[in-house]
Amino acid sequence: MVRHTIDVCAVLRSAVNQTYGNLLTRSTGMAVRHQIERELAAIREGGITSLDFSHIGMMDYSCADEVVAKLLVLLENDDPTRGGYVVFLGIGEDHLELVESVLEHHGLALVCMCENGTPQLIGAVSEAERRAWEMVRSRGHAAPAELADEFGFGEDFVAEVLDALSRRRLVRWASGSYLALGAVDVVQ
Amino acid sequence: MTVVITVPSSLDDQTFEQVLEQLAPVAADAKVLIDARHTTWASPYGLTALLTLAQSREVKPLFQGPEKDETASYWSRAAFYRYAEELFEMHGKVPPTRPAGESGTLLEITPVSRNDDVHTVVERIKTKAATILTTNLRLESRSVMGFSMTLSEACQNIVEHAGRGGWVAVQNYNFRKRMGRHVVQIAVCDAGCGIRQSLESGGRRPMSDRWDDGIAIEAALIAGTSRFPDPGRGQGYKGIKGYLAKWNGKIAVRSGTSRVAILPDWDDEDVVRKDRLAPMPGTQLLIVIPEKVDR
Repeated sequence: MVRHTIDVCAVLRSAVNQTYGNLLTRSTGMAVRHQIERELAAIREGGITSLDFSHIGMMDYSCADEVVAKLLVLLENDDPTRGGYVVFLGIGEDHLELVESVLEHHGLALVCMCENGTPQLIGAVSEAERRAWEMVRSRGHAAPAELADEFGFGEDFVAEVLDALSRRRLVRWASGSYLALGAVDVVQ
Repeated sequence: MTVVITVPSSLDDQTFEQVLEQLAPVAADAKVLIDARHTTWASPYGLTALLTLAQSREVKPLFQGPEKDETASYWSRAAFYRYAEELFEMHGKVPPTRPAGESGTLLEITPVSRNDDVHTVVERIKTKAATILTTNLRLESRSVMGFSMTLSEACQNIVEHAGRGGWVAVQNYNFRKRMGRHVVQIAVCDAGCGIRQSLESGGRRPMSDRWDDGIAIEAALIAGTSRFPDPGRGQGYKGIKGYLAKWNGKIAVRSGTSRVAILPDWDDEDVVRKDRLAPMPGTQLLIVIPEKVDR
């Protein structure tokens, strides 16, 4: 599995020609998202892309709405077989609350990597989705039948929940199994 | 004939209403003299609102500044005269304009009309704000990011909705009269189209007979309604309110003839909503963040 990383701060500097490294204002966010979309389109086939926010300073709601929420909406509405899976890196404590609020506003969720390298699910997900996602994450990959007993519901229900996560690009379906985004390298 | 408008000795968001009340019966194209000779104190809101007032007049108003040297010097350091000289016909003593950045204020009066201005404002205040918030207001360091967000969203309202440029100023001072503790005040004022007209322009007026400036402000501030149909809009005020709720701050929005405020427990003098005020073009935003007190 090919992994790509997009440095959001580098995109910011190139898209709006500013040196501050702050994701502020809606028009800035729009310019950054458009450039990320172009980069994703060029590299996405079958791949997972890490969006690295490590070097971002300040962030506001309007810009986060453009860069994070609108990008996720776009990916969710795209054909999942084309790839377009993204994992977010470097979203620090300072940004987390703001990003979560924007995700909740739209009913969206994303996978971000904690500082210790563990994938974390943030945003709007149901209890069942969160549980299923955690079970896949801890295993690296899983089929519905493998989770049904532990989940306490039938295989069909688990498959439905995992399908929903897959449509939202929070897990990836491949070869009869659902893969946790952060663990895909391990199982390929 | 020139109509004399007397500026109160202490000029803030509350007493600025006295200026507007005097101005209400005066035609927009009448010559007015804004007489601030006896003014001895002004908040960031007072100073930015004065500039906004000048912007809204059809005929350039006359201006006579504070007689007291200390006050005039502060107004100059806050960059009031830098912009006032373009908007007013100056009378009497005008203190020398100070170079930008010499003020000692948190953020001297700064024009906002483009997105780049918002970036500049946030960047310029970043380091000073971190010091003031954590030292003077005794807030935790995580308050700093939210402060920048608040400032950015407040200024963006001008760029996105006002239709003309406005002003922002930020100051830290000891709010002895009301609270006996330090506060940071952010004032963002414009003389643009105002919230009611902004929402009407996007077809966002509710299907109801009840529609006025107060309802329009509540729609924007409380319900997060924006003139844009995009469901991601309206999160700016939501973010600001969340930040202020966390740090016990206050926000008041004045537009047209109404003013709506979200009040923390320490403010028992202000009221949540005022209607039938003297008209003022555009939108004037006041944000106050208080020093943390041990309970």
